[in-house]
Amino acid sequence: MSTTMLKTTSALRAAVRNSAPLTTRAAAFSTTSAVQQKATLPDLKCKHPISGLEIGDDYNALEPAISGKIMELHHSKHHQTYVTSYNAAQEKLGDALAKGDIASAIATQPLVNFHGGGNLNHTLFWENLAPKSQGGGEPPKGALAKSIDGHYGSLDAFKEKFNTALAGIQGSGWAWLVQDVDTGSLSIRTYANQDPVVGKFHPLLGVDAWEHAYYLQYENRKAEYFKAIWDVINWKKAEERMK
Amino acid sequence: MPTYHLPTLPYPYDALEPHFDEETMRIHHTKHHQTYITNLNNLLSDQPTLNTLSVEEVVAKLSHLPAEKRKGVRNHGGGHANHSFFWRNLTPSSTNSTLSGELKVAIESTFGSVDAFQQVFEKAATTVFGSGWAWLILSPEGELRVVTTANQDSPLMGESIAGPGTEGRPILALDVWEHAYYLRYRNVRPDYIKAYWSVVSWDFAAEQFALAKGQLEAAL
Repeated sequence: MSTTMLKTTSALRAAVRNSAPLTTRAAAFSTTSAVQQKATLPDLKCKHPISGLEIGDDYNALEPAISGKIMELHHSKHHQTYVTSYNAAQEKLGDALAKGDIASAIATQPLVNFHGGGNLNHTLFWENLAPKSQGGGEPPKGALAKSIDGHYGSLDAFKEKFNTALAGIQGSGWAWLVQDVDTGSLSIRTYANQDPVVGKFHPLLGVDAWEHAYYLQYENRKAEYFKAIWDVINWKKAEERMK
Repeated sequence: MPTYHLPTLPYPYDALEPHFDEETMRIHHTKHHQTYITNLNNLLSDQPTLNTLSVEEVVAKLSHLPAEKRKGVRNHGGGHANHSFFWRNLTPSSTNSTLSGELKVAIESTFGSVDAFQQVFEKAATTVFGSGWAWLILSPEGELRVVTTANQDSPLMGESIAGPGTEGRPILALDVWEHAYYLRYRNVRPDYIKAYWSVVSWDFAAEQFALAKGQLEAAL
């Protein structure tokens, strides 16, 4: 699994994440601009070292919940575009910072956020999906199951809340089961466009509600997609992500 | 009692082929646009001072709504207004719609040339993050401007809602939500944007431009 795709130096990561003044970020970037880590499209055929779960080499593996045609376009076109565009934006930002061109650096940030977020979100998404034969749809166990029951009453009650959140997204966005980084408490949050789950919350499980995630198969009937996707949700991955 | 109704499409569903496909036109009109209308009617069923107004007037008056209705009416009212405009802004592929007259002069004088304008418009439409629309508007100061709005926001809503510089009367509109192009164009939004020029109604645009200028002059 190409988890290295998002590896950056810790200085770079820290500078990007916190609200340090731009000069600090410039310092962080200028020392690393020569070695910016280019993102790469993660392989869907990835066997997780612990759970052994994999989507496999077959875009059809998540049928009938998600069609092979969608998986192919979603992974090889949409996600690939985020990767390519993120690399371009990252380079542009690095150049601007190295030159001390603050205006250009700020103007480039929405592109970094959008494409970097798109890259992050889709990487997490593929990981939290699995074919039925590989455990997709199997209910959570252990600490996560306990926490879900505690917060929502039951897994079914949780799914209903989650799907309501998905249905409520206006335009493009994602719904996530997240943990509060301070308290560990679970909540369901929706994020617009490709805004990533960073900062106060830590992502456990996400569902893409952009039209491209379902349109070829479900057209405008997004409620059907939201219902069907639970058959291929990889709860084991969410359990692993839990802190 | 429903107040807003799905406007009849001014042409058959397949009339914009091969540029805008029949299936998309059908689903876009009968499902997506209809859903905005159904939801708008539900939201405004208890708002008798507003639900007698045209949807264009409603979306200009979002602040008049109770707070808990504003988000929904912004989305569904915006959706109804935007799509109603959009269908009229399109014309069958067989129409030989050409840009001419005062609108052409204004576009050339504002953007340098029609080509330059089209490039600006295409770039704006391509770079909308997520769902939204690209517009050519006449600003309250009487200037032509290319703007984009997110989701179902409209230039009729005003800057504080739709964003800086977006306020104005629509002349051209292009829906860049994925549902507008995905079935035929998949992820290749730029191809869909280029196809728009083959089905845009310059006559309707010229009409809107004349109306908009007239309204500005009347207000002075």
